[in-house]
Amino acid sequence: MGIFDFLRARPKNTATIAKERLRIIVAQERSARGSPDYLPLLRRELLEVIRKYVNVDQDAVDIKVEHEGEHDVLELTVTLPDKSQAPAAAGEV
Amino acid sequence: MTEFIVVTSGKGGVGKTTTSASIAVGLARHGKKVAVIDFDVGLRNLDLIMGCERRVVYDFVNVIHAECTLKQALIKDKRFENLHVLAASQTRDKDALTKDGVERVLNEFRDEGFDYVVCDSPAGIEKGAFLAMYFADRAIVVVNPEVSSVRDSDRILGLLSSKTRRAEAGGDPVKQHLLLTRYNPARVASGDMMSIEDVKEILGIEVLGIIPESEGVLAASNAGVPVILDETSHAGLAYDDAVARLLGQERPMRFLDVPKKGILSRLFGS
Repeated sequence: MGIFDFLRARPKNTATIAKERLRIIVAQERSARGSPDYLPLLRRELLEVIRKYVNVDQDAVDIKVEHEGEHDVLELTVTLPDKSQAPAAAGEV
Repeated sequence: MTEFIVVTSGKGGVGKTTTSASIAVGLARHGKKVAVIDFDVGLRNLDLIMGCERRVVYDFVNVIHAECTLKQALIKDKRFENLHVLAASQTRDKDALTKDGVERVLNEFRDEGFDYVVCDSPAGIEKGAFLAMYFADRAIVVVNPEVSSVRDSDRILGLLSSKTRRAEAGGDPVKQHLLLTRYNPARVASGDMMSIEDVKEILGIEVLGIIPESEGVLAASNAGVPVILDETSHAGLAYDDAVARLLGQERPMRFLDVPKKGILSRLFGS
């Protein structure tokens, strides 16, 4: 620390920001790991079909695979647009 | 028993080849019979770092395609006669490596009684990287304390625990270690760089070594002498510690303190 350091703007602690950002993205990517490879494609095709009927957002379809005991459950959530004020229509396959 | 060690990272430029060369030399210095293989087909570089680029006659792909024997392709190190280099092919494309071919060559190393085979992985997660890690018993994941490197390392750790022979067999998993390179204690102290604890906490695996950022690394690659042989360089000494830990010795982590500044730089900042 030099005696003229007070003249410089004190930088933010960027290492803490890096760590926080990594913690979130790594956790997210780990949870996606091990789920079937076809999920992104399935999600995209479902979105196309839904969009034929309802004008939903790009990220309106959320797909998750959850392990429940002996079997896996594919959980599909579609968020409908605001106009209808309909709650999320959820279906399990 | 031959141990296959992959040196990998996902991200490029973090120090995989520097690490492979130094780990191989370090193991050979402990008297082990060692080979180091460059898996980066099309972008051969291990030969330069090892300082044997003018002695490459045959390469890894030649051996896989039975265009020469393994013995003909192995380059014996000039410093340690129990250390051998197998260069990557510079001319072929990366599809020249096949799983069966790689397995056959690795089995040959085992039959020849090698103690360690160090596999220097290419960057990325494509075929070369996949084959470099597939047969591994142990993995050294090289990581810089920087966001993209840490994220890529986590991806590689995921692949190591799913897309390797050990993972598929379901027995003992691949042993995983982190090796932090380009570590700069002064920047960690000022909050500009993530600390060892930060990286360890995010990735959740044990740290084999911490290599400080050092001028010695560039000097070593300029000269074609792996940095572990430079005993005046902190990076070289840190690699020596990492090799000793690989062999089961206890070594404290060194070079983690901020170097003391002179009176002038204290007064005027750096």
